[in-house]
Amino acid sequence: MSTAAKPTTTRTMGTREIARPLSPHLQVYRMPLAAMLSIAGHRATGIGLVLGLLLLTWWLAAAAFGDTAYATVMAFIGSWLGQLVLFGFSVAFYFHVCTGVRHLFWDAGKGFEIPATQRTNQIVIAAAVALTILTWLIV
Amino acid sequence: MTSKPGVLRSALGHVRGLGSAKEGTHHWWQQRLTAVALVPLSIWLIASIVRLSGAGYAGFVDWFHNPIHASVMILFLVASFHHAQLGMQVVIEDYVPGHAARIVCVTAVKFGCFALAVLCTVSILVVAFKG
Repeated sequence: MSTAAKPTTTRTMGTREIARPLSPHLQVYRMPLAAMLSIAGHRATGIGLVLGLLLLTWWLAAAAFGDTAYATVMAFIGSWLGQLVLFGFSVAFYFHVCTGVRHLFWDAGKGFEIPATQRTNQIVIAAAVALTILTWLIV
Repeated sequence: MTSKPGVLRSALGHVRGLGSAKEGTHHWWQQRLTAVALVPLSIWLIASIVRLSGAGYAGFVDWFHNPIHASVMILFLVASFHHAQLGMQVVIEDYVPGHAARIVCVTAVKFGCFALAVLCTVSILVVAFKG
């Protein structure tokens, strides 16, 4: 496995070939936008949102413990760091939802063609950015 | 889907127990069901958070005294923690090398999500029943 990444020359069936790394090799393979949206836009944001669930747990548990614990959480959320974290979670949430809805359409067998995927790439990004801005305008 | 002639196996028998986990589409379907449920539930949660951000502790307690609010919150918690552990399981199975490490990670994620879901649900009930 580790030797596959090294460009060595081998002789296969009479032709001289370079043993190139197999795709999708994250370091050398230039991923299409749809792949970036899947890995960064859906999977990574999903992991990020699990951290959001931890913050939610802290909030709810603090409320159950009483007003002093609740005030501590709200003081963190109200700080610049807390607001930045919350903004990050909102971006992650809307990207996860928008790419997730596209996954549901794909599951139904719709929009699998490359032109359709390239079009929905733009829709997913525009919708996620617009919904994030809209949410923070309401706040 | 109909079974091929000469094959003594029903169409249902073909799809049951598929995949390496021998549980067919159960995991996939659970993830989709919770995903669809979470679209309205999480919009409701964001609206609640926005509403409660300036309401103080009394406002929080008041909000979850309403049985509908407490119920929708618990629905969100069940759906989101279930969805989270299913999703993390897929990512772990894709990226964590080694059979033992994979099982340890998936088990930790499942225990962790279950524990946090119970903690969150009990917390909401404590607030909802607060005098």
